[in-house]
Amino acid sequence: MCSLPVPREPLRRVAVAGGTHGNEMSGIYLVRHWLLTPAELQRPSFSAVPVLANPAATAACRRYVDRDLNRTFASTFLNSRPTPDDPYEVTRARELNQLLGPKASGQAFDFVLDLHNTTANMGTCLIADSSHDVFALHLCRHLQLQYPELSCQVLLYQRSGEESHNLNSVAKNGLGLELGPQPQGVLRADIFSRMSALVATVLDFIELFNQGTTFPAFEMEAYRPVGVMDFPRTEAGNLAGTVHPQLQDQDFQPLQPGDPIFQMFSGEDLLYEGESAVYPVFINEAAYYEKGVAFVQTEKLTFSVPAMPALTPAPSPAS
Amino acid sequence: MTSCHIAEEPIKKVAIFGGTHGNELTGVFLVKHWLKNGAEIQRTGLEVKPFITNPRAVKKCTRYIDCDLNRIFDLENLGKKMSEDLPYEVRRAQEINHLFGPKNSEDSYDIIFDLHNTTSNMGCTLILEDSRNNFLIQMFHYIKTSLAPLPCYVYLIEHPSLKYATTRSIAKYPVGIEVGPQPQGVLRADILDQMRKMIKHALDFIHHFNEGKEFPSCTIEVYKIMEKVDYPRNENGEIAAIIHPNLQDQDWKPLHPGDPVFLTLDGKTIPLGGDCTVHPVFVNEAAYYEKKEAFAKTTKLTLQAESIRCSLH
Repeated sequence: MCSLPVPREPLRRVAVAGGTHGNEMSGIYLVRHWLLTPAELQRPSFSAVPVLANPAATAACRRYVDRDLNRTFASTFLNSRPTPDDPYEVTRARELNQLLGPKASGQAFDFVLDLHNTTANMGTCLIADSSHDVFALHLCRHLQLQYPELSCQVLLYQRSGEESHNLNSVAKNGLGLELGPQPQGVLRADIFSRMSALVATVLDFIELFNQGTTFPAFEMEAYRPVGVMDFPRTEAGNLAGTVHPQLQDQDFQPLQPGDPIFQMFSGEDLLYEGESAVYPVFINEAAYYEKGVAFVQTEKLTFSVPAMPALTPAPSPAS
Repeated sequence: MTSCHIAEEPIKKVAIFGGTHGNELTGVFLVKHWLKNGAEIQRTGLEVKPFITNPRAVKKCTRYIDCDLNRIFDLENLGKKMSEDLPYEVRRAQEINHLFGPKNSEDSYDIIFDLHNTTSNMGCTLILEDSRNNFLIQMFHYIKTSLAPLPCYVYLIEHPSLKYATTRSIAKYPVGIEVGPQPQGVLRADILDQMRKMIKHALDFIHHFNEGKEFPSCTIEVYKIMEKVDYPRNENGEIAAIIHPNLQDQDWKPLHPGDPVFLTLDGKTIPLGGDCTVHPVFVNEAAYYEKKEAFAKTTKLTLQAESIRCSLH
């Protein structure tokens, strides 16, 4: 996959999306708050636009109406001809593509920040595309340095060779914020405040970039998915056990071969049979039961991120 | 000297309900497991029937299809003329009343345990509907003692207007079992283990009782519902303040006038008014946003039960 080019112009068109999943409450309430108090999203060189990504799902307090919106921004959906039977989220994805894209075009928004919650104990997780996404990685680094007490972990989600299908992919650049644990349909004050502060710092970073700051090279540690593990199931496809107490809440901790991963309803433990350590994330995420995912296995990598030079100021117009 | 006790009829028919709310998974999976392998819940001389009360909601992993099944077991709903136009849960309530009731009749089940989860940090909770029920107070005392040092709280929902018509209320002895915190749609092993233990001790109590054991008079501490408190809302009815971090996860702990209760979306603290200490429960329960309940205020009191013994011995 080719590197995302570092922006060479200031970022002017920035959006912050909440309610991509209609029961992940922090982003929903933040967007509602910003629609009433837009000043919080303003910076000297740009203003971010708040977007309620999935209004129908939000109104029903459900993840989605017909299909997961955050899996619907692939070109098969965006570019196919609209029909009256289209799932709600397909129509909505096309609308968002018009608003924030079009995907892969010069008119797309410069940056989209997408706000999510998880029932998994993932703390503060920053979701970027890949190790080539220099701008987003410098942003992650900035967040990590500003909030050392949060232990922000970076997850690189885009699988190479596959087309992206998430909301961020509509814009030229983007980042996902995934904060947990929080139950679906619940708004926790601590997580809400944390997300609000993180968004403010993201916008501060973009402002610093726009003002011509240089960002030096650094070494980054991040996690990249290498597979998923489903729950143990009966022949009928129902759960036969659940995440083992020793694995529950241990997101980003190493899982060694032989460690217990599931506890069957009849009492036995199932052990991890992989050949090497993995780092599980999204452990026991409610929305992933139907996707056949009890946890996502990741590998930990360390790599260099090159310096991001300061924007060269545009020549001033002749007076 | 013979002890003075209340003679109670032996317990014959017990049911364990799961899936009354289809996204409260512990009860769903315990009942499904026991339907395949019920050894764990059998006791000599006792019929214990596990049962999924809201299968359509369970299939969709949602709280309910048309209306909350756990609020409609009143005589008016149970007596409505059966028709396809009735909400799914009302039709289902009538079926359940037919199978395990009828409510207020001699034929109804002796005990129904209804298994629930909450997103609130309530730990192991037993729900009592009648403060003068000696048998259930004795059972709850037994369960609490057996679970110790794991805390187990008793929530008393006896109240002239706030008591609701639960699924289990069709039994002579209704028992609510509520364990949290657990997100909707998630099955946690630790919560499963706690609920399993509560049922085990409950069934052991019934077995000991049927075998003739005398339970001497006892007292238990309970938390009685006083009032429900909604979120502060704006003119459009949208939530304008959320549970304050100091109150979040502090179910059952004393809350004094002046203590923070809500935090507005722009950062202001709203304190508890009034002049008495309360004990909040169901703090930030996901399903109660639409019922306009941020938490319920309870008052702590002690209930006493007379000594009881099975009348057959």
